[in-house]
Amino acid sequence: MAVISDQGAAVMAEPVRISVKKASAVPMLLLAGVVLYLFYAWTAFDITALLARAQLSKGALLISDAVAYKTHVTKNFRRGDFEVAIEGERHATFKTLPDWVTGDANKFTVDLGEGYVVRVEDKSLAFEVPDYGIIRSKLVDGKIVTQVPDGPVPEWLKIRDVKFEARPTFSRRVQFTRAKLEIHKFQYGWENFWFPFTSELHGKSFGELVSLATSDDRLNPDQANWQYILSSFWGNPEWQHGHVAVALFETILMAVLGTVTAAFCGLPLAFVAASNFNPNSTVRFVVRRVFDFVRGIDMLIWSLIFIRAFGLGPLTGSLAIAFTDTGSLGKLFSEALENIDRKQVEGVGATGANRWQRYRFGVIPQILPVFTSQFLYYVESNTRSATVIGALGAGGIGLVLVETMRTSRDWENTFYIISLIIVMVFMMDGASSWLRRKLIAGGESR
Amino acid sequence: MVEVMRQEVLALEGRRRLYTGLSLALLLAVVLSGYSEASALNSGGFLQGLSKFFDYPAQIVMQAWDQGWAFWALFPKFLPALIETLNIAAVATLIGAVFAMILSLLSSRNLEVPPAVIPVVRRIMDIMRAFPELIIALFLIFVLGASPVPAAIAVAFHTSGALGKLFSEVNENIDVKPLEGLKAVGGNWLQRVRFGVIPQVLPNYSSYFLLRFEINVRASAILGFVGAGGIGTELSRAIGWGAGSETAALFLMLFLSIVAIDQLSSYLRRHFVGADNFS
Repeated sequence: MAVISDQGAAVMAEPVRISVKKASAVPMLLLAGVVLYLFYAWTAFDITALLARAQLSKGALLISDAVAYKTHVTKNFRRGDFEVAIEGERHATFKTLPDWVTGDANKFTVDLGEGYVVRVEDKSLAFEVPDYGIIRSKLVDGKIVTQVPDGPVPEWLKIRDVKFEARPTFSRRVQFTRAKLEIHKFQYGWENFWFPFTSELHGKSFGELVSLATSDDRLNPDQANWQYILSSFWGNPEWQHGHVAVALFETILMAVLGTVTAAFCGLPLAFVAASNFNPNSTVRFVVRRVFDFVRGIDMLIWSLIFIRAFGLGPLTGSLAIAFTDTGSLGKLFSEALENIDRKQVEGVGATGANRWQRYRFGVIPQILPVFTSQFLYYVESNTRSATVIGALGAGGIGLVLVETMRTSRDWENTFYIISLIIVMVFMMDGASSWLRRKLIAGGESR
Repeated sequence: MVEVMRQEVLALEGRRRLYTGLSLALLLAVVLSGYSEASALNSGGFLQGLSKFFDYPAQIVMQAWDQGWAFWALFPKFLPALIETLNIAAVATLIGAVFAMILSLLSSRNLEVPPAVIPVVRRIMDIMRAFPELIIALFLIFVLGASPVPAAIAVAFHTSGALGKLFSEVNENIDVKPLEGLKAVGGNWLQRVRFGVIPQVLPNYSSYFLLRFEINVRASAILGFVGAGGIGTELSRAIGWGAGSETAALFLMLFLSIVAIDQLSSYLRRHFVGADNFS
């Protein structure tokens, strides 16, 4: 026994030592079993191979991409055109070149700051990198020929016949292929978050917006300025604020509606399943098995079935939650009912109350704290569940998250939606524990 | 005097009933409008859906029926996937429980932890609990590739927070006398926890652990759907291909295993933990 000091062990009476040994044997065996199991899992999950494959740099890149946006300077050799656009999006193209790009399609200079300068002429480029030198690259007969300064080729430089790529720092990247030449400049922040790039509201400060909103000089003849500002924000094509807000609302709707329905279906059924309210053991058995059945089918299967029947949307999610949790809440409520104090019911009965009055005044007040706190716990956890089943296809913010992850090349949208989900879950948690404290006076302290 | 009080009580009672009635009516209105709103936002309507409700289950059952005996051969085929899901849940629950234990010991007021640590650890647990598993799983799948490990990590993360909170409540309800005794004979903090706290809390810990394992099996199955492997991945593939009999087999396997784990966990809790600790 390592945990008992030697001095203690010396004075310990023999029987005590034996009983400590016995008491420790079972936990030790269990611990050994757990360790063995984890070893098995290590091989079953093939973690060694996974660690070898893992691309941690991908994760780091992804996180930094989530808080930055990039501006593409693209020269397309096939079409012969040249454009500067945020994230390379067609609808976010600069009409007048930003001050760090000068020249025309044939010959231009991109100043990436801190002495990093790219000069492009026809199908050749010269990339000036401080402390390294000038890298020259040229497209000759369908091959990219690159000249680098003397010395070892740094890691950030990838030179092949078909592609040249240089990324000396996180925020500066040059790519050169046979089809096009692209220069990426990364800047921190979420560009176009408030208003679409093409909107005249883009880039205006908050003060300017306030004065615009109150001014009578209409930007859009059909709408008052404040309406115009709101609708431009709401309909922002890249960030889709309106769409995301509806999705959040759908998710909360699913959670609340599903749990309310489950609670109100579960409560009467719980009376039928409780042995002190229903003497008929066959009916009791049937209802309990129904609880087990709907709970066992699980939200995953329910939502898959409901998606087939009702299509995508909050109704599907609500019903999936309602079905599963009718079982869970019904079971919990029936256990609570079986533990109530008989005396209160008898007391109400003694005053001449009928069966319903006895239930209403003798039983309901006793289980109300359990009812409320379980209900609130379930609303809280169902907010998370609704996000997850949303991702399976029931709709709401979960589906939006999965879709942005699959379609967007840029992680700031995903990051934005993740933050919104977390804020939503936190708010629901906070609201539920606040309500629990308010409604159940003297109940749980937390 | 008595009459006045009686009137007052009756008036209060009447007002209370009015409020209860009003809030119930309000709740009903919210539910009804919620459903109509939900139905409007849904791509399919409620009534058409209702008539189609049994179509899909009937269709997959028919397809499974047509397979005859071959249907039962699907079970061994999908057994590895089921085991993978159970492994995800078990590993996540074990690792989560270890972290939960550490966190809970550091956030209980009666265990002589520096007072400044307690609120910090509690907030950490709140954050871990609130983080939806889906997000962590999707992020890790992106970094580590599609495999069961992202799911296990995601579920373990959430489990640490959720179990940690329950464990710390258990810790705060223990009898502190054994702790005082151990302190008197010179036991250090770890020894006090090992011999004074753990024996008292282990039954409740095990009970929560088993409950959590059941929840985590469901969570792991769902995460399989977004690419974490296991039965969820098989299910998503079967549904995508419209393989009715495979879908039916997977549904049945998932259902049976959840019911089995549910029953096993309540049996274990009743017999090893004792009915008193049943919660």
